Amino acid sequence: MDSGHNGDFAIETRGLNLWYGDFQALFDVDLGVKRGMITSMIGPSGCGKTTLLRTCNRIIERLGYVRTTGSVFVLGHDIFGDDVELVQVRKQIGMVFQRPNPLPISIRDNVLFGFKLHEARLRKVSAAEEDEVLESSLRQVLLWDTVKDRLDKPATGLSLEEQQKLCIARLLPVKPQVLLMDEPCSALDPAGTEAVEELIWRLRGEYTILIVTHNMAQARRASEECVFMLLGRIIEHGRTEELFLSPEHSETADYIEGRYG
Amino acid sequence: MFTATPLNRRSYRNQSLAKAVFFLMTVVLVIPVLLIVGTLVVKGAPAISWEFLFTAPTDNMTAGGIFPALVGTIWLVVVALLASVPVGVAAALYLSEYAPDNLLTRTINLAIINLAGVPSIVHALFGFGAFVLFFRMGQSILAASLTLAIMTLPVVIVATRESLQAVPQAFREACWNMGATRWQTIRKVVLPNSISGILTGVILEVSRTAGETAPIMFTGAAMFVPFLPESVFDQTMAMSYHLYNVATQLTDVPEELTFGVALVLIAIVLMMNAVSIGFRVYLRGMKKW
Repeated sequence: MDSGHNGDFAIETRGLNLWYGDFQALFDVDLGVKRGMITSMIGPSGCGKTTLLRTCNRIIERLGYVRTTGSVFVLGHDIFGDDVELVQVRKQIGMVFQRPNPLPISIRDNVLFGFKLHEARLRKVSAAEEDEVLESSLRQVLLWDTVKDRLDKPATGLSLEEQQKLCIARLLPVKPQVLLMDEPCSALDPAGTEAVEELIWRLRGEYTILIVTHNMAQARRASEECVFMLLGRIIEHGRTEELFLSPEHSETADYIEGRYG
Repeated sequence: MFTATPLNRRSYRNQSLAKAVFFLMTVVLVIPVLLIVGTLVVKGAPAISWEFLFTAPTDNMTAGGIFPALVGTIWLVVVALLASVPVGVAAALYLSEYAPDNLLTRTINLAIINLAGVPSIVHALFGFGAFVLFFRMGQSILAASLTLAIMTLPVVIVATRESLQAVPQAFREACWNMGATRWQTIRKVVLPNSISGILTGVILEVSRTAGETAPIMFTGAAMFVPFLPESVFDQTMAMSYHLYNVATQLTDVPEELTFGVALVLIAIVLMMNAVSIGFRVYLRGMKKW
């Protein structure tokens, strides 16, 4: 374990700065995301919330011109450490995208994709075990009853709501501890949004969930802690109801009242 | 209130005129194709028979069939494919999936575009110098096919890269974020979803390879070989070069024989293209997004 690390945090950033080329997108971000909780990040477009989210599993680095200083600890380990294997990082930290992105293969293969990649190459996995993993993952996301009769049909035939649930389900078989969600409901209709929010709410406790949202009402409904960001800095971080009812900073108050953003 | 004003009528006239001009240009485009195919069929069809297709030329190539040339073309195309497809697909995979966007990559891309623009006679001279002389392959199917392969490499690379890039980025993201390596992503998601485009490119390459004359003239095609090639080190006859010979180099060749050769050649190319289109339609139907 790294010295001075607080065990209550699933994700902890210290003095994190990030540049896209010459443009600084994150300024000295110190964030602690508590284990087993849902933490939402709100803020106007371009405030750095998606950047911060994408730094937590280092997928941001895929853009070659990104530079960071400071550190990010996930589950107590510095993910920028020298001996860090990105494949292991991404296995522990699942990510859900704005637009559901099921692979153009069957529902079954989608759910088992990561499992086959990580588990089935280490040991022999029986068909029965695969079926078990498949069923339990789909049950956890409340999708089993809808799709159990068409597991071998292409996943792209599902509705957007079902696709997004499937995208969450396929993360579960490799037992990640952290789920990052980048506006997971913004492509869905109100009914789908409600269903996916309900699902996210159910997953708390078992997983640490960090969710970026544009929708303040959603942050309020579906998160326990809330982080307000503005221009690359964290302005305020607290329990969701407190942040919305009695914000400490005037910027936060102005934003949640809709005066800008 | 809603009647046409003079301005409306003038706009409408201009619009009709534009449409007529564009339609005319389209017709102009189609006419040569129809004329070529029509002439070939009318003049060449009487020459076509099983005997024409499956016997060797006789009487100083003024009679008989085209079998050695047909077989030779197949040899040339197959060997050229074996050389160019692995190289081209691998290069395209590197450029599309791995290469960072830097000066080297951009230089390579530029080189590919330039390679596509090199005239085929220059390829022929390069092939002659490099394969026939320097690598001591002599005039052979191998030398000719490698020359064709180099000439068609850009087609394979560009077609492959385009079909790779047509695979939505979201699929790659999804894979990477489940901890798949680039290679696992390519194998499980990118290639299965781009294979139709790659095959199309390959088949287009075949049709182009089959029709080229200049690159094989100095490197492996012979005017007349009485036997069929037995290995890649033999010289061979080829359809395109045979057509060049019967049309321009030999005297007393009956017109219908010349047109017959041309008809068979163009039929091969058109059939290849048709197969390519068929493939694409079929595989696109199987695509699931």
